[in-house]
Amino acid sequence: MRALTLPARWKRDDGDRSGQGVLCLVLLLLLLALACLISLGSGPTGVNLAHLWLYLTGRGSELAVQERVVLEAVRLPRTALGILVGAGLGVSGAMLQGLFRNPLADPGVVGVTSGAALFAVAGIVFGNGVLAPLSLVLGSQFLPLMAFFGGLLNTWLLYCIATRGGQTHTTTLVLSGIAVGALSAALTGLLIFMADDRQLRDITFWSLGSLGGATFARVLSVLPFVVLVTAIIPFVARGLDALILGDAAAFHMGVPVQRLKRLVILAVAAACGATVAVSGSIGFVGIVVPHLLRLVIGPAHRFLLPASAIGGGALLLIADSVARTVVSPAELPIGIITALFGAPVFLLLLLGRKGAHRGGDQP
Amino acid sequence: MIRAESVCVERSGRRLLDGVSMVLQPGQMAVIIGPNGAGKSTLMKALSGELPVSSGHVTYDATEVSRYNPRELAARRAVLPQASELAFPFTALEIVRMGAVAQGALDPSAAARAALARVGLSGFEGRAYPSLSGGEQQRVQFARALAQVPRPVEAGLARALFLDEPTASLDLGHQIAVLETARAFASQGGMVLAILHDLNLAAEFADRVVVLHRGRIVTQGPAAETLSDATIAEVYGIAGAVGRVPAAHVPFILPQARHGASA
Repeated sequence: MRALTLPARWKRDDGDRSGQGVLCLVLLLLLLALACLISLGSGPTGVNLAHLWLYLTGRGSELAVQERVVLEAVRLPRTALGILVGAGLGVSGAMLQGLFRNPLADPGVVGVTSGAALFAVAGIVFGNGVLAPLSLVLGSQFLPLMAFFGGLLNTWLLYCIATRGGQTHTTTLVLSGIAVGALSAALTGLLIFMADDRQLRDITFWSLGSLGGATFARVLSVLPFVVLVTAIIPFVARGLDALILGDAAAFHMGVPVQRLKRLVILAVAAACGATVAVSGSIGFVGIVVPHLLRLVIGPAHRFLLPASAIGGGALLLIADSVARTVVSPAELPIGIITALFGAPVFLLLLLGRKGAHRGGDQP
Repeated sequence: MIRAESVCVERSGRRLLDGVSMVLQPGQMAVIIGPNGAGKSTLMKALSGELPVSSGHVTYDATEVSRYNPRELAARRAVLPQASELAFPFTALEIVRMGAVAQGALDPSAAARAALARVGLSGFEGRAYPSLSGGEQQRVQFARALAQVPRPVEAGLARALFLDEPTASLDLGHQIAVLETARAFASQGGMVLAILHDLNLAAEFADRVVVLHRGRIVTQGPAAETLSDATIAEVYGIAGAVGRVPAAHVPFILPQARHGASA
């Protein structure tokens, strides 16, 4: 009997990883809480965990005004923004990977991010020229909205190109995503070519990604999008699971495939556009977090999606804390940190997977 | 009852099905046979509601199949597709569980375990699907279909199993095991439609054989009437193959003979 040659690994014995899923969610919540403490209690200003402790235990009045301002007006919005952006990136990455049945799919890969970036750069370059009236009316919401519409436009374009006769074919979607992304990048390059020195500096810093300059206004502008994308998790989890077996099999199991795809694409575009708008393009969160989680709890989306949201938030907070402290009082763009951590981890995962496929068992 | 009436399916100018009419009745197992490209899978897709027909009608209990939403259809029939690859390492249990969830099982994991046991894969629950052999993967998929329609009749309505080449990568023992499970599903009041390439298996298990050739039904009915020399010659281009024992020095395997041996 083949069953007798099973490797004696307890966690795979009954094949039901629901327990692991719940445990993982609890642990991730604890990690997120820890990351919040680190994010709130560290930084270049000398306001530390001790001050945070006083503040949290209701003795905030013992702190100096300046220390209170740092906690309330700088670190609190920044931490909230980090959680939201990380959650948005993590969950939209996991959703896209499920939609494309490809663990390498990422909002960055299929051109959603580059569309948002194109429109944001256009906003920076034309903000004082052609688009000045719009910029004036929208004020601080100008760039976020531009980026959001860019992301939505690219996703919609992508969907129109890749959908024939009501069917979205994954290969076409990925390939046209790369094409649309390349086009956006070329147009962005053109805009950068036209930009003056001051605009160039804005563009460069923005494109590397940062949580700096977080305000409650920004938190509020990204909040509805992230809430939307996390709120649909219960409605898409089962469908995304079934979709992994193919469009036809998902339909056989009662999933309204095209409606599911439209919903996921819209949610991903909204979450990506909004996060890119408030923090620039921060890479690798959407790809590394779901990937690591799949190794632990498996690919079932009812656990993977919420875990990716929480894990993404925690990872981004930790990365941001590092970005703020390593070269303090200066600050590294967070995109550099996530790429420095993310790219090697990602390569290691790829190497591990290769060996696993040859050996016939999963890592 | 699932009925196809004068069904035509056209794709990019080619007529894949041409005026096909057939009935799938509760308590019956129908088997579609025919050469490659005859339109067998297309017919199954049209009957399962996956592929819209160009003309004609596919009805489930006299209601047009296009009027059912995916969820309602999923409650009426399950489909075993041909071999499929997975990008993500679900365990065998998690795959079968999807079928149980689609069925609305109260305890999907337990239902999935029961379905795995029905296909003889108890103990395989925790195995990663990509690490299974082709035959084991196919049996896991069969278990998923069974988990989706665990009872052949529910609320007075017969459920259907659509099996696209269920025996393709199975050894002889498991081919018969899978078809016997399907047969039992039919005997208990369910409907089964299978595509088979093995004419001997078709002859043994089918209540009704549908011979498809170039998108048309050549003949349909009990195996004894349909699998004639003339039909096989017309459809497969092999004359004189029916009911003859090969030359004495060539051994041949006759799975049907086990009925006589055990009796």
